[in-house]
Amino acid sequence: MIFGAHYKLEKNSLALVLAIIVVSGIGGFVEIAPLFTIDETVESDPDMRMYTPLELSGRNIYIREGCYACHSQMIRTLKDEVDRYGPYSLAAESQYDHPMLWGSKRTGPDLARVGDKYSDQWHTQHLNNPRDVIPESIMPAYSWLLRNTLNAANLTDHLTAMKRVGVPYTSEMITNASNDALAQATADPALQDGLFARYGQDTNVRIFDGKPDTVTEMDALVAYLQILGQLTQLPYKDASLTDATLEE
Amino acid sequence: MISELTFRERRQALWVSGAVMVVGLLIAMAGHDNVIAVHGIAAALYGGAFLLIVYRYRDAPEPSLERLAQYYDDPTKVGIVVSLVWGVFAMGVGDWIAWMMAYPDFTFDAAWSSFGRMRPVHTTGVIFGFGGNALIATSLHVVQRTSRARLPDQFSPWFVLVGYNLFCLLAVIGYPLGITQSKEYAEPEWYLDLWLVIVWVTYLLLYLRTLARRQEPHIYVANWYYLAFILVVAVLHIVNNLAMPVGLGIDKSYSLFAGVQDAMTQWWYGHNAVAFFLTAGFLGMLYYYLPKCAGRPVYSYRMSIISFWGITFMYMWAGSHHLHYTALPQWVQTLGVTFSVMLLVPSWGSAANALLTLNGAWHKVRDEPTLRFMMVAAVFYGLSTFEGSFMAIRPVNSLSHYTDWTIGHVHSGAMGWVAFIVFGSIYSLVPWLWKCERMYSKYLIEIHFWLALSGTLIYLISLWNAGITQGLMWRTYGESGELSYSFLESMIAMKPYYVARGIGGFLFWSGACLALLNVLLTIRQAHAMETDKSDLTVSAGSSLTPADLPLTTEQRA
Repeated sequence: MIFGAHYKLEKNSLALVLAIIVVSGIGGFVEIAPLFTIDETVESDPDMRMYTPLELSGRNIYIREGCYACHSQMIRTLKDEVDRYGPYSLAAESQYDHPMLWGSKRTGPDLARVGDKYSDQWHTQHLNNPRDVIPESIMPAYSWLLRNTLNAANLTDHLTAMKRVGVPYTSEMITNASNDALAQATADPALQDGLFARYGQDTNVRIFDGKPDTVTEMDALVAYLQILGQLTQLPYKDASLTDATLEE
Repeated sequence: MISELTFRERRQALWVSGAVMVVGLLIAMAGHDNVIAVHGIAAALYGGAFLLIVYRYRDAPEPSLERLAQYYDDPTKVGIVVSLVWGVFAMGVGDWIAWMMAYPDFTFDAAWSSFGRMRPVHTTGVIFGFGGNALIATSLHVVQRTSRARLPDQFSPWFVLVGYNLFCLLAVIGYPLGITQSKEYAEPEWYLDLWLVIVWVTYLLLYLRTLARRQEPHIYVANWYYLAFILVVAVLHIVNNLAMPVGLGIDKSYSLFAGVQDAMTQWWYGHNAVAFFLTAGFLGMLYYYLPKCAGRPVYSYRMSIISFWGITFMYMWAGSHHLHYTALPQWVQTLGVTFSVMLLVPSWGSAANALLTLNGAWHKVRDEPTLRFMMVAAVFYGLSTFEGSFMAIRPVNSLSHYTDWTIGHVHSGAMGWVAFIVFGSIYSLVPWLWKCERMYSKYLIEIHFWLALSGTLIYLISLWNAGITQGLMWRTYGESGELSYSFLESMIAMKPYYVARGIGGFLFWSGACLALLNVLLTIRQAHAMETDKSDLTVSAGSSLTPADLPLTTEQRA
């Protein structure tokens, strides 16, 4: 019976095409579509802030260099991970991540909460040559980051594209994107008021790479690393979210 | 080869090459201050090169109608060689960067050569360059033989092959320059993704047009798998790569999806790239070349039906097992485990079907390294699918995830299954296509077999040890309740395993070099020998003999 029906199906190429599409389509549809409609999928978090243009540039450098190939940004709901890295990652924390960088491999440690754990100077030295700081490290040296000036020219277009895919950047943020990026990594107070007004008083504004004269790619990447796990304080505040269902 | 094309087909080739050249130049101009310009120039050179090559044959006479009595195998021939070249290149890169993990300064002090940029060169080169070209080449060979029909025209197969390689080439040029959207196995940026859609739709239409011309009422099993491969990869590719470009002259785009939805979409894609690119397509290869080479019909027709639809249905649910214990809702994770475990049934169905087909031909497996490649492929297919289902179980995954065990698992599939079936198929196909009795050297195949097998085993065993050690060190607590090992200690413990992996990879790569050499030497000496051409002629009879087609017992009855 089933095999009899199949005997007919395999004589008709278009029916076979249709059958393959329908049969293969079900799984993805059932698992993915509801993630966009069920509200509990992503916790609501009014405190969650967006990346500043400098942090977004740093994130793009992180992507460009393929950091995600060796570092995850997703702390699982396992006791040892919470003890090692901090509260487990919430969906809300990557809601503005286009694309997400949860990663799949930890050749190096998880970075979801690396922000504020080390000094800017440590990060700069470490990225420039990891073995200067940790002799046994097998991380590649990213010495060119200190040499490359940050390209902040197209940031308005970048923020526009992000807005189009759903990140609520305001038109003011978009217009000032390039200036805000430079202001965050220079010590000029005149430029900084607008940045604080748009992204909040807690925004890290400093010379990340120790080179006051230029804004380098190192500035951007360190600014990004320092904000990881710090875009919202929700995971640290709400104890019920972090102790509830840990598995050994 | 080009003089075999008709006037019309040569004109089409000129137009398309010219168009690629012009679009490349436009991209280079639009993105003159962006790294996309390199891609534009590379595309323009590629288009220009094909324009020149085809133009040289502008005055060649119209090919004789006799060509229509023969299968059209030129694209398959080129595809096989290109596939092996990609294999040697990308496996070499893989082994190089594997050594970087033991000796981090085993690199040039330059941005392009760092691990993060070279890794996608390895993965894209192996999966899409080596695997993809082998799939395209063999699928065009298989669909013609099993349909007893010639390809409908001579231009579109070239468009598919040449266009697909443009995609691979630009992708691999782009990563060292930092052009990537970071989605694993879907790294190429938006404009390359669009190009691949055009190529892929042409491929699908070519396949369906050939099937429509078939003189055999039934569509043979191998074609179901090739069809599923083409169709589902199209759907996965389009959905996962939906993105908003920053601008027309800018390489960068932002994924349409964010966070948890993006993670689910990515691993729905990622896992099914494994399922439909690295499994379904190569099962198509297995279902044709293994029975052909063994001279036995496929063991069970019903088992192939159950396995085919089981794989097609269940794999698509399994992607969420990449996201256990993450911020992905629990119900999706649970569905992922359930289907991952059930998948073992159709997966082992296929593996068993392949191995049982060899019953009665085991002496050939013993004597013929070509058939032994395919037998080992089926065994590794069974082993990796078992390991995959096992690793999808939550408690196992809590240990294995993020460790080198995953890398080992992927390579058990990629080396033990995919590469073995490709080598086996190529070794049997090359003598058929180039009309010679056998490969240049059986001895080289034998050496290749043992290099590949020992390389794979060293690779797998070292990374099992690495992964399990790593996973256990991360979760070990001391007596006073604190974690026993720092992350750094777990990383330092990996070094001997990483060295062993580098050695295993080197052996495997050496074998691939021998394969390329052997194929090239076979082609060189082929024209000196004159043999049977029956496999190249579109058979005119009313029914197929077992020698034409590995029919199943039931189908034959």
